[in-house]
Amino acid sequence: MNMTFIPPEWLDLGLVSDIPLRGARSVPVAGGEEIAVFRTGDDRVYALLNRCPHKGGPLSQGIVHGDKVACPLHDWKISLVTGEAAAPDKGCVPTIPVKVVAGRIFIFRAAVIRQAA
Amino acid sequence: MYLGPVPQKSETADGAADPRERLVVIGNGMAGCRAVEEILERDPARYRITIFGAEPRVNYNRIMLSPVLAGEKSFEEIVLNDERWYASNNIELIAGDPVLEIDRDEKLVRAKSGLSRGYDKLIFATGSDPFIIPVPGRDLPGVVTFRDLDDVNAMLDAAEGGGRAVVIGGGLLGLEAAYGLSLRGMDVTVLHLMPTLMERQLDEAAGWLLKHELESRGLTILTQADTAEITGEHRVEGVLLKDGREMPADLVVMAVGIKPNTALAIDAGLETGRGIKVDDHMATSDPVIFAVGECVEHRGACYGLVAPLFEMCRSLAEGLTKEPVPYSGSVTSTKLKVSGIDVFSAGDFSGSADSDDIVLRDASRGVYKRLVIQEGKLIGAVLYGDTSDGNWYFDLLKRGEDVTPMRDFLIFGQAFADGGGGTDPSQAVAALSDSAEICGCNGVSKGRIVAAISEGAATLDAVRATTKASASCGSCTGQVECLLKATLGDEYAGERAVKTMCKCTSFTHDDVRKLILEKEFKELPQVMQELHWATPDGCSSCRPALNYYLLCAWPGEYVDDQQSRFVNERMHANIQKDGTYSVVPRMWGGITNPRELRAIADAVEKYNAPMVKVTGGQRIDIFGIKKEDLPAVWADLNAAGMVSGHAYGKALRTVKTCVGSEWCRFGTQDSTGLGVKIEQMTWGSWMPHKFKIAVSGCPRNCAEATIKDFGIVCVDSGYELHVGGNGGMKVRVTDLLCKVESEEEVLHYCAAFIQLYREEGRYLERTAPWIERVGVDYLEQRIVKDEPGRDALAERFHYSQLFSQKDPWAERAQGADRHHHSHMAEVRPMVHA
Repeated sequence: MNMTFIPPEWLDLGLVSDIPLRGARSVPVAGGEEIAVFRTGDDRVYALLNRCPHKGGPLSQGIVHGDKVACPLHDWKISLVTGEAAAPDKGCVPTIPVKVVAGRIFIFRAAVIRQAA
Repeated sequence: MYLGPVPQKSETADGAADPRERLVVIGNGMAGCRAVEEILERDPARYRITIFGAEPRVNYNRIMLSPVLAGEKSFEEIVLNDERWYASNNIELIAGDPVLEIDRDEKLVRAKSGLSRGYDKLIFATGSDPFIIPVPGRDLPGVVTFRDLDDVNAMLDAAEGGGRAVVIGGGLLGLEAAYGLSLRGMDVTVLHLMPTLMERQLDEAAGWLLKHELESRGLTILTQADTAEITGEHRVEGVLLKDGREMPADLVVMAVGIKPNTALAIDAGLETGRGIKVDDHMATSDPVIFAVGECVEHRGACYGLVAPLFEMCRSLAEGLTKEPVPYSGSVTSTKLKVSGIDVFSAGDFSGSADSDDIVLRDASRGVYKRLVIQEGKLIGAVLYGDTSDGNWYFDLLKRGEDVTPMRDFLIFGQAFADGGGGTDPSQAVAALSDSAEICGCNGVSKGRIVAAISEGAATLDAVRATTKASASCGSCTGQVECLLKATLGDEYAGERAVKTMCKCTSFTHDDVRKLILEKEFKELPQVMQELHWATPDGCSSCRPALNYYLLCAWPGEYVDDQQSRFVNERMHANIQKDGTYSVVPRMWGGITNPRELRAIADAVEKYNAPMVKVTGGQRIDIFGIKKEDLPAVWADLNAAGMVSGHAYGKALRTVKTCVGSEWCRFGTQDSTGLGVKIEQMTWGSWMPHKFKIAVSGCPRNCAEATIKDFGIVCVDSGYELHVGGNGGMKVRVTDLLCKVESEEEVLHYCAAFIQLYREEGRYLERTAPWIERVGVDYLEQRIVKDEPGRDALAERFHYSQLFSQKDPWAERAQGADRHHHSHMAEVRPMVHA
């Protein structure tokens, strides 16, 4: 009765606390590209495709600092907010809309499908 | 004190005598009474008012219960409306008699005693209930919540006997309860589920400062503590955590949060979500029933603070007396009510796209301020230690004013921004008098600094050396540089030549390490706070360095921060270009056997590793392992007796050996045996960078010892010790450090050398550039000539090894840190749920 209603457009990934502070987890997508879900030091949650625009490094394995992640392969700094690489590097990785409701993380299904298509 | 139920005339008789509309308020708390006050202020004669209260007392200021618990105020001091107020305003108070039922057809409210009142307008101000975590033992005597005066009295009774209290919840309420109980003489432990105290109001840096301040006042604070059970037979005896820790307790206070009290509204058939749903005029789904305060859900938001409640009451009162003025939600601010600890937070300090942070840290004053700015407007603020400008920031934030013109000065507060707007900082320093203090740590005046500069101190370092200004906490560095510029003009050479650690700090690697030891910094956020880091949580360059420096400085004390580790050290394997990992088991001195080889062969087949390769360091490298499979691969290798080879670490990599006197016709000593001993002594040690060792059994040097960080070349008369070699990008041949006669000496010198490098090499500086920087003579002095110094270095190395020689693979194979290896979830977006 008191549960917040989540429309099915949003897919439940689990608890925010499943991701360590300043950490990330990977989420494979059936028929699509893997997603990386990040949790910043001040507890914001973001999602990007798990693929650095540079050489495809798994961003979920990078060091999260501020609102950026440093790619584990060549230390490109990717904005979690926009998916853009920080200058002087150039490149952009698609962002996936995320929302947090009652401590759970949801991603936007349509955005995942777009990536899969 | 017990008030009422006051004897009343019957409903019909009363109604006949007074033709005014009947207003009934359910809830005699802050919201209920405030709503009535607001209505009376606008139209004192409009309604006949009845207030029902569940608590048997007059209206008091609930948010001041913390000072009552702490003994700083009495109950009488926090009463908001005494009996005279109810009487003089002709308000009927029915206290101690909770309302149980509402008949919306009859417009009738019934209380527990059977008493009923009819209404024309009804206001819900039922507040909220403490959230009780559903663990076994929650009903035991001695488990209390922190919501009303009865709870405070129960806590005070328990505190009389001293004893131990456990407070579950490190939010605002929990910390205030904990502090009050400790002042009352209890030994208090706070259990908080999240890593940061008050994480909804504070960021990590401010939460850390708060934790330390509270700890220094005698509280024990455990974060990431998840309660499994409250133990005890007949009354509470302790709290058991999910990780197995158990703490004894004579009193348990649950303060994990509140939930809107909606039960009565649900029974009455009103629309509810998390709270009672209201529109912008505080009307529920029944247009004659309203709700205000913590029981309300407005535009999806529920509030647990007092300011929104007042705003709701104003809007409600306008609507019930005059023209409706819509309530459009509240921006909230929080202050912690613990004496001497100033904490303020407002708005959205977690920011969003395009928001900027302005951070000010003043370690000597224990001040941390963070402002969040978006599109020229202040949208959030966290203040710790100095909250004097909290109200000003909150005002700017609520007004949504463009702060761009004063952005550069905003963080310094209202006085500075109003007075100094538009000037540049060097003019501000220039305007100071000669007696003005620039360096607070060392008490150095502007006049003294200017005099030193005029006498020839032309650089920041020279000013530091002659006056000590900016030599301690560094917060006045900018001002000293302004004075250098102002005094020397064009002659000032500019910023220091020494490179800082990274853009997050003005300190160098060496400064930071020195201060970590001197000031006994033992945690990452502490270093960043005390040394004025310019970013909230560092960057991918300083975080791994700081993590290493702390690990090196405080073995056994500092807890490694996994999130500050580069991927390979976090995953205990080497990431490859396709995102898979390579796995290198340790082979002591490069020696293996059939069992190990079979286990490796089996693992390669079982996990479909596409390649197996022999490395330059005499190991076998299995390529193409997925991160999910790593723990299983390690378990299989562990079963054959193999442990992590640390091929991924800024750590001891391998000890490469030749076969030596055991087999080789030229061998002079047992180089393999010695290599194995050295590897067993040194494995697992974290270093500034990777570290390679080799032992050659004769000067033919088949193990290539003279391009290793530490190389041993055996000769007939003993062992030559070579240091600082590198076969990498820039080849460097070792320097000969000395010659020793026994294996014991080799091990001893090796331990001392490694420890000196661990303590003095900068993070990511190999031994080769380190030795070029400090000189071989220096090493000779420290390791060869200074015997007590050598012994002390070796001793420190062995001590630190006590904590680092644990096989990380075995821990992971047994399930530790599983989240590093598993996916969070898998989604199938094409399939409808």
